[in-house]
Amino acid sequence: MSYEAVIGLEIHSELKTNTKIFCGCATTFGAEHNTHVCPVCLGLPGVLPTLNKRVLEFAIKAGLALNCEINKFSKFDRKNYYYPDLPKNWQTSQYDLPICENGYVDITKSNGETKRIRITRIHMEEDAGKLVHSGNTIKDSDTSNVDYNRTGVPLIEIVSEPDMSSPEEARLYMEKVKSILQYIDVSNCKMEEGNLRADLNVSLRPAGSDVLGTRTEMKNINSFKAVEEALTYEIERQEEVLEDGGHIIQETRTWDPDRGITLSMRSKENAHDYRYMPEPDLVPIITTDEEIEAFRKSLPELPDARKARLEEQFGLSAYDAGIITSSREMAEYFDAVIETGADAKLAANWIMGDLSKNLNAESLEISDSPVDAKRLGEMIGLISKGTISSKIAKKVFEEMWKSPDSPEKIVKDKGLVQITDTKAIEEIVDKVIEANQKAVEDYKSGNKKAIGALVGQVMKQSKGKANPQTVNQILAQKLG
Amino acid sequence: MKLFEQPAHVLHDMLVNKEITSLELTEAVLARIDEVEGDVKAYLTITRDEAIAQAKAVDEKIAKGETISFLEGIPGAIKDNICTKGVKTTCASKILQNFVAPYDATVMTKLKAQNPVIIGKANMDEFAMGGSTENSAFQKTGNPWNTECVPGGSSGGSAAAVAAGTAVWALGSDTGGSIRQPASFCGVVGMKPTYGRVSRYGLVAYASSLDQIGPITKDVTDCAHILNIISGRDEMDSTSVNEEVPDFTKALVEDVKGLKVGIPKEYFVKGMDPDVEKTVREAIDKLKELGAEILEISLPNTDYAISTYYLISPAEAATNLARYDGVSYGERAEDAADLVEMMTKTRTQYLGEEVKRRIMIGNYALSAGYYDAYYLKALKVRRLIKEDFDKAFEQVDVIVCPTAPTPAYKIGEKISNPLEMYLQDACTVPLNLAGLPGISVPCGYSSDNMPIGLQIIGKALDEETILRVAYTYEQSQSFHNDRAQLGGN
Amino acid sequence: MKVTKKDMENVAVLSRLDIPADKEAQYTQQLNDVLEYFDNLSAVNTDDIKPLAHVLPISNVFREDVVKESLDRDLALSNAPLKEDGYFKVPKVLED
Repeated sequence: MSYEAVIGLEIHSELKTNTKIFCGCATTFGAEHNTHVCPVCLGLPGVLPTLNKRVLEFAIKAGLALNCEINKFSKFDRKNYYYPDLPKNWQTSQYDLPICENGYVDITKSNGETKRIRITRIHMEEDAGKLVHSGNTIKDSDTSNVDYNRTGVPLIEIVSEPDMSSPEEARLYMEKVKSILQYIDVSNCKMEEGNLRADLNVSLRPAGSDVLGTRTEMKNINSFKAVEEALTYEIERQEEVLEDGGHIIQETRTWDPDRGITLSMRSKENAHDYRYMPEPDLVPIITTDEEIEAFRKSLPELPDARKARLEEQFGLSAYDAGIITSSREMAEYFDAVIETGADAKLAANWIMGDLSKNLNAESLEISDSPVDAKRLGEMIGLISKGTISSKIAKKVFEEMWKSPDSPEKIVKDKGLVQITDTKAIEEIVDKVIEANQKAVEDYKSGNKKAIGALVGQVMKQSKGKANPQTVNQILAQKLG
Repeated sequence: MKLFEQPAHVLHDMLVNKEITSLELTEAVLARIDEVEGDVKAYLTITRDEAIAQAKAVDEKIAKGETISFLEGIPGAIKDNICTKGVKTTCASKILQNFVAPYDATVMTKLKAQNPVIIGKANMDEFAMGGSTENSAFQKTGNPWNTECVPGGSSGGSAAAVAAGTAVWALGSDTGGSIRQPASFCGVVGMKPTYGRVSRYGLVAYASSLDQIGPITKDVTDCAHILNIISGRDEMDSTSVNEEVPDFTKALVEDVKGLKVGIPKEYFVKGMDPDVEKTVREAIDKLKELGAEILEISLPNTDYAISTYYLISPAEAATNLARYDGVSYGERAEDAADLVEMMTKTRTQYLGEEVKRRIMIGNYALSAGYYDAYYLKALKVRRLIKEDFDKAFEQVDVIVCPTAPTPAYKIGEKISNPLEMYLQDACTVPLNLAGLPGISVPCGYSSDNMPIGLQIIGKALDEETILRVAYTYEQSQSFHNDRAQLGGN
Repeated sequence: MKVTKKDMENVAVLSRLDIPADKEAQYTQQLNDVLEYFDNLSAVNTDDIKPLAHVLPISNVFREDVVKESLDRDLALSNAPLKEDGYFKVPKVLED
């Protein structure tokens, strides 16, 4: 039987506020353990939460950017479960009246097809602390150490409908959400720091059926690669179980990236009765139409709009425009390159090509690129003017990567200026003709391809600086 | 009257007039503790040295001719569920028997700005769950009027200390009557302010939507003064009300003429002690004589208040008390193989019976399958109970009724039957459910010479009118000048 | 008896409490008694009544996003039953 996967994601994104959601402790990543804590986030007896205004603002912005409706009456609830990284043994979250509902994003698949993924809801909640284990895994340590620095860092949880049917779609959806959150500047989305992570729900059903199968969940997946790999593995595993006539057990499974498999985490059934109750210590949130419209107006141009603009304004292909606008930083970098007067298609090619290759090799963000947009724009200008060839430009770019000098200076210092002086080129051509009589004969006897070898020799002797078009012209002239 | 028997406003004048020093007063109170505390057992912690040091500092200030605030240099007691930086806050629970809060509750910060003398932390029912202070994990407090009787609860230590003269004033907390009922049992004044009037930051939560801190004092005048000090919006408590705090002492006028006083018929039925009914009726007659207009009113959902309260408060308690798990503070059970066992053993070993019972009731009411029938139903009935009061207050200015259906009973008499204990709260819990202010003032005695309290209920944020009625009534009588016969007194 | 043995077991797990064998009957009876009493609420018609979670009409209370001083770590750990190198220490975790 052939099966169809049904995938839903719960994406948790830490918000980039100065302070925690319910107290004034700093949220800075990487601080010495248990130094960003106070009576409130430690859950000491007697403490009360106070809501950070910016958390609400960021959640509303995220909701609007993800095409959600904003609930005009919203409240917090206690989600009760016991875990040592949760000092109160409940997580303050939102249950029946989340701040945002009914949104969507559109994703573009590699085959060019566009698909809409619906968003059920977005709610605000607090992050938990961290358990540090002395053994290799959670299960073989005798004790655990608890660090509460992350306790109370603000999160939004973005819950999708189960609208995705392949690991690729899940990855594209998460990439799109990440891109949008970065555009509106509410989250750093640094996945390696756990800023953005997803719980993946997946089930299988016979292709064409509309009955949902039993799902499994994989929690805290924090890379796009892991999203695809974990789902691919889990879909295959479920297929095998079903093919063998077995049943899928509804459970939480953990993804082991080293072994590339998912593993069952045995857990007690009733440990998941969260007993939600309204948080009596926080008052309801009431939002007006005027406030919502003001937030909507404050949003920057979002990826889809920006992509359409690049296609129309600069004639970029849909593919190129999609890549350039996939992150706000890259799109802004592109705009800054264009501002220097650089050609848009060349700019797109350089950003997607050499620049991205170098950034990836050194794991750098585009905002940390040693070659800034201004210098790249100047370099592209030199290509357009014919000062350097595209081939030489690659050398110039490598030099720029290492030195802060302007491209003009590098071209000058390294003597990389293209030779367009016909006289100088003629001299080299003469020498080459002299030394390669065999090729000259071949050419003259009708093998027009033989000219290639001669051009190559001229370029070699000019150390690549001769303008190849000029070389061709002169050679053709001289050989008659 | 002896020094320790005087109310704070009298002592304040004596300090200002240099008739006494704060040290003399503090030593008199400490001597009274030496004399009677063995029988009353109102305190869990006594901070004797700090109290003496505080008193001396105030005396120096007075000697220099500086002016002093109302409570300055006057000894008081703090219920042991209010966090006091550097001094143990146990909630009368073994699980917090060594807990020292690294911060002060907002009411403590406000009080400390007044330089009072803090004598110590008062006994209570564990985590404020109970009406007799018998649920303290450490000791049973005696009622100063008869130490074989309970002082009421849960703020039994606070009320007993004020009644015994081992504190001039005290702070308590009231979730379902825990200030008013012990005040009634001990013959003192106790007020639960409007929910949100006083910051709860630093009050160890029992049921967050119902808890409120308030004063327990020897008379209504002291009550108004202390309410002035502790009230007001606090940025640490999102539920504290952002309203200007009036000067409550301005409400201390002897005048109830034309005031409409509602008498809810549902509060005078089944199970009420005849002495209580008779005494409260006499007090109502007195108010009429003083010029108030008495109207019978109905609060039709009163019968459901106990069920509503004993579903909502345990549900909130079940989550509020989930934090006592042995992980980052409090006691931890030994010899647990893993985390779950450690948490379970810790809670089983260090929490008391009544606390466990309410946690279980709460988790039952919140659990899948029972949530709608119990917890959600209770939240809906809570709205109906509040609406009863809203309607009543369209007709009347205050509502008057007994504080408790009986006077103080014998220690051990009711403790074995939880439901019977819960039914004792019938007159007090409706106010908490509706968030309204209420005060209990002494209005007479039972045939066994145990005090009886009159409860006066006001509109939300209208503590002034109940203070005015309480003060007018108090001044027409002399109950507030009576003192328990105890020790050499 | 409306409270079953399974109910009691479930409630004990949710409460992280052990119910000793010799107390089980008593706890069950007491819980049953109060629940039977609470059933008087079923007589109240609440069909169109919204639950009341917040008694006062207060909304939109916020704090500005300004960093406040955190607790000194030693003070944060001062009540810890077990600590090591600035961490709170707990027994191993077996359950999800």
